[in-house]
Amino acid sequence: MREIKSQEITDRVAQKLIEINLKLATPLCNSLEESLNMEESSLGRELINQLLENARIAREQSIPICQDTGMVVAFVRIGEGVRIIGNGLEEAINQGVARGYREGNLRQSMVLDPIFERKNSGDNTPAILHTEVVPGEELTVEIAAKGGGSENMSQLKMMKPADGPEGIMDFVCEVVEEAGPNPCPPLIIGVGVGGSMEKAAVLAKKALFLPLDYEHPHSRLEAFSQDILAQVNKTGVGPLGLGGRTTALKVNLLTHPCHIASLPVAVNLNCHAARHGHIEF
Amino acid sequence: MIQLKAPLTSEELIDLRAGDRVSLSGTIFTARDAAHRRLTEAINDGQELPFSLEGSVIFYVGPTPAPPGRVVGSAGPTTSGRMDPYTPLLLENGVKGLIGKGKRSEMVKNALKKYRSVYFTATGGAGALLSQCIKGAETIAYEDLGPEAVHRLEVVNFPLIVANDTAGNDIFQEGKAKYQIR
Repeated sequence: MREIKSQEITDRVAQKLIEINLKLATPLCNSLEESLNMEESSLGRELINQLLENARIAREQSIPICQDTGMVVAFVRIGEGVRIIGNGLEEAINQGVARGYREGNLRQSMVLDPIFERKNSGDNTPAILHTEVVPGEELTVEIAAKGGGSENMSQLKMMKPADGPEGIMDFVCEVVEEAGPNPCPPLIIGVGVGGSMEKAAVLAKKALFLPLDYEHPHSRLEAFSQDILAQVNKTGVGPLGLGGRTTALKVNLLTHPCHIASLPVAVNLNCHAARHGHIEF
Repeated sequence: MIQLKAPLTSEELIDLRAGDRVSLSGTIFTARDAAHRRLTEAINDGQELPFSLEGSVIFYVGPTPAPPGRVVGSAGPTTSGRMDPYTPLLLENGVKGLIGKGKRSEMVKNALKKYRSVYFTATGGAGALLSQCIKGAETIAYEDLGPEAVHRLEVVNFPLIVANDTAGNDIFQEGKAKYQIR
């Protein structure tokens, strides 16, 4: 049995959340730079350059990339052979969120009662946690600061099996076009197909956590993801929705077996400031 | 680049067209969802408002807390569409400029025409860059709302693009149509 102190989890979650909010990941900066080559709109290129300049300022002056420092979403993999000493796992992560957002001067963006009072929780908790129990003694936390603007433009549709791949592609494009400028394109798009209603949504979120150079192990699904990306970039939405070629930088697709009657499809949008971190214990 | 100084008048806005680049200086006010609700209630109840709406510019933003030694943290625009239900009443009461990101409803676009006001878009997700143009910040109302409180900001050469003008043009529709491949 491997023992991990909850304090270590709290410390590293806090530190990682500050880091990802202040430093735009290098692969993302590279991808934005590459998009300058294919962007036909001069205004679009100028906006992408502004985003790169923004990332530089944030890094150099230690201020957040975006004022929406997000809600915290984490995918946790915990081995059956791991015992956490001190606080429970959820408490340890939430304490890390509270500390990171306080010490990093990050914005508190969570309200407790979503329907009536909508009172700010004051420490950006609770985090949204998805926990998977796995064999062995690993503990990994994939953590994201997810902006509200792009989350609001995400959609789920229970499609018909007859809709097929064309239907899925059309739906993704519909979501992107309806969203237009709102989710701050260039986007990263997570698509979850199959499972049940909630499984598709979780897969779509999980797909957003995959690296920008992720290639689906099944060549047919990899080709389909690239086809979707190409189609999305024909919509004309462009950088910040002001028109252009660079509507999305990447489409990641995850699938799961599903019922004979079903084809659940979830499309989770992420703005260009995709803030993800990986913590391994 | 067109230079403007807030507060604004309709005369200064009437010739602006969707797509024009504007550099804005002067005094502007922040308000997002919860503050809009309170401003609306205050107008409807005839209460005193935290700032004069006449000629005012409202920036939809909830900045991050100012780190020590800075006037403001990261401060980019939030999605404007959530403010649509409150916007026509504010325009009717003298607001002349709106700053945010994302598209507006037909009702807002019509109100912009009617009250000769303009909706500007600032670069979404560029809060660190935009914060460099904010030289002064003071919380003036609704402090209990935390990140949604109303601040008075002093801005210098704040970079904007006209999104919806007084003639009903829409840069998002125009831009998309230009680059769409059927």
